[in-house]
Amino acid sequence: MLKQIEGSHAMAEAIAMCRPEVICAYPITPQTHIVEGLGELVKDGSLVDCEYINVESEFAALSVAIGASAAGARAYTATASQGLLFMAEAVYNASGLGLPIVMTLGNRAIGAPINIWNDHSDAMSMRDAGWLQLFAETNQEAVDLHILAFRLAEELSMPVMVCVDGFILTHAVERIDVPEQQKVDAYLPPYDPVQVLDPAEPASIGAMVGPEAFTEVRYLAHYKQTLALKLIPEFSDEFKKAFGRESGGLLRTYRAEDADMLVVAMGSVCGTIKDTIDEMREEGIRIGLVIIVSFRPFPVEALRNALAGAKNVVVVEKSIAVGMGGQLANNVDVALRNLPRPPRLHSSVAGLGGRAITRGSLHRLFRQASVQPWEGTHFLDLNERVVGREIHRTRKNRRSGPTAENILRQLAEAARPATE
Amino acid sequence: MIPPVTTLPSADAVQKLKYYQKGTFTVGNRLVAEAERTVQASQARSNALTCGHRACQGCGEALGARYAIDAAMRATNNNLIAVNATGCLEVFTTPYPETSWQLPWLHSLFGNAAAVATGVAAAMRVKKRPEVRVIAQGGDGGTTDIGFQCLSGMFERNDDVLYICYDNEGYMNTGVQRSSATPPTARTATTAAVGPEPGNVFGTGKSVPKIAVAHNIPNVATATVADLHDLERKVIKAMSIHGARYIQINVPCPLGWGSASYDTIRLAQLAVECGLYPIFEAEHGKVTQVRKIRRQVPVQAYLKLQRRFAHLFKGGIEDPRVARMQAICDAHIAEYGLVDTNGKDG
Repeated sequence: MLKQIEGSHAMAEAIAMCRPEVICAYPITPQTHIVEGLGELVKDGSLVDCEYINVESEFAALSVAIGASAAGARAYTATASQGLLFMAEAVYNASGLGLPIVMTLGNRAIGAPINIWNDHSDAMSMRDAGWLQLFAETNQEAVDLHILAFRLAEELSMPVMVCVDGFILTHAVERIDVPEQQKVDAYLPPYDPVQVLDPAEPASIGAMVGPEAFTEVRYLAHYKQTLALKLIPEFSDEFKKAFGRESGGLLRTYRAEDADMLVVAMGSVCGTIKDTIDEMREEGIRIGLVIIVSFRPFPVEALRNALAGAKNVVVVEKSIAVGMGGQLANNVDVALRNLPRPPRLHSSVAGLGGRAITRGSLHRLFRQASVQPWEGTHFLDLNERVVGREIHRTRKNRRSGPTAENILRQLAEAARPATE
Repeated sequence: MIPPVTTLPSADAVQKLKYYQKGTFTVGNRLVAEAERTVQASQARSNALTCGHRACQGCGEALGARYAIDAAMRATNNNLIAVNATGCLEVFTTPYPETSWQLPWLHSLFGNAAAVATGVAAAMRVKKRPEVRVIAQGGDGGTTDIGFQCLSGMFERNDDVLYICYDNEGYMNTGVQRSSATPPTARTATTAAVGPEPGNVFGTGKSVPKIAVAHNIPNVATATVADLHDLERKVIKAMSIHGARYIQINVPCPLGWGSASYDTIRLAQLAVECGLYPIFEAEHGKVTQVRKIRRQVPVQAYLKLQRRFAHLFKGGIEDPRVARMQAICDAHIAEYGLVDTNGKDG
């Protein structure tokens, strides 16, 4: 049913239709509206047979979900940013135990400096934690990916993180097709656990494993993710048949057929990139886009096929591995490395801590990639003057003070009217 | 299969029984009616923690866990799920691919046993299996320190979980480091017996049983492996109650305490009899019962059997801080009324 609705609330409605049995709620911006929405649906009786638990931390949120999932209940929670870090130990534990928990991540920057706005640092921090990570481009896809996520998680008995850009998606009110209950029920069978705590059939879960078997346990986790490379397209096709629209998949392309330059990106920024591509196409520039939906498992083969014909690949990502560069660019490089004539890879980091990624900046970035390629990582719209002055200051003065505050002071001084 | 316990001997009845004709409280089943005998005395006990595990000789925790879980198994007609924090108990019972647990058992992390148990209990509610009950268990490190936030959360939500802390007063699994349950003056790997004030300092640590009482949860109790009747009664009673419950069992650790493995029960008993480890029960925020000291002993009798306190008696000279340890015992005795005013065993 088409609704004019906030992204978070639409997600809450879709998650409720997946009939979660245990929901663990802990507030953190910008995911809070999702668990609030779910709480309302439980309270007003729309979502039945569901335990809604207000926990005392994100660590507890995921821990409660772990217990519930191991005991055979469909478990859901949501978090963001610092919350994901606070539950990090449980994030690894949930995947290590092979528990099909679905968690929404309202993507947000990680401090310090504390920042509540959107980027992908949080998702990247847990990229190797063994969870499947799916990135939503739009709120419609955010809604749809949750339904797909439960199906996928339970088929593989592995946890799935649905990554949704904080504020840009979670707080945007727009037209969203919220699916009907019967269709979701037909698509998503009841949870049939592969392992369950049951007094009728006592089993020990979570034993101590030494060197004699640890590698094998890890290999099988990796193997499950390779299975997901086949299951994600399969379940996405089924989703299309059941709901009549395309969502999910490993990756999607946009105007990529004859492109010399291909942009690679994830999440909501793909909308702005598409608009930029349309404008550049008008000017006769052969440019296209590859949208990564499944970051884990990383679709190496599909991506290699998608990028093989291009001369230039520009990765635009909302995260930085400090001291290395962009994580997505690094992963894209893996897909390119065995091509006989790989395209040139240009890595750019953009939109950190919620900075707007504008079409104007993207135009300049894509043009620069073809005429003046750079080494390493390019920081889109970096205020070089401010950075330069701060570097100069810290060289001159040992007790230079806190960096973030110094930058803010510089900006405030620059903004002060000249008459003062 | 043994039938579940339907009636519970009252605390007073248990208190009146004397089981110490041999100097311990663990024998004497033959002196009582069959119905009042311990779960451990029954051949039909579940052996929930069965043989083959890797606990040290004389491990108080292995003993405490078997006592407690067997009693809970009896109380729930074997409809029990256990969640375990990381620690000795987890490690020595489940060297992959073996397990000593005869009940469904889940280990997740060091600090989240209470929260994981909340999740299991929630799943049982939503799956409409009210007969299945949930226990979380861990050592004092996993309970009073790293697991404390999750524990307090489980308490305040009054989740239907019995949390059992096997308190051996330190991080024994990692090599005997100090926890917030380590007593003053005790030597651990991180409170070395060197310097002007060797061992753990005074004025630190916390009483989680008291903190549990402050949460106003339905049932809180301390227990000891030296009094099986009392321990089993408390576990069985706890399983008859819904909501958050907490039992802390004093479990001597021969490795960490530097005691002889054959002294485990004796030490557990002395800890109670000197007043250092008060045994009490509380309901909804109020202490409802205390286990009286039967034959009060000076704290030295307890300390001298343990190498972790050896520096207090070095060269035959008693460290003045032993008097401060006795003062702690005396304060407990006064606070809980552990000794009857006539000074005699009541």
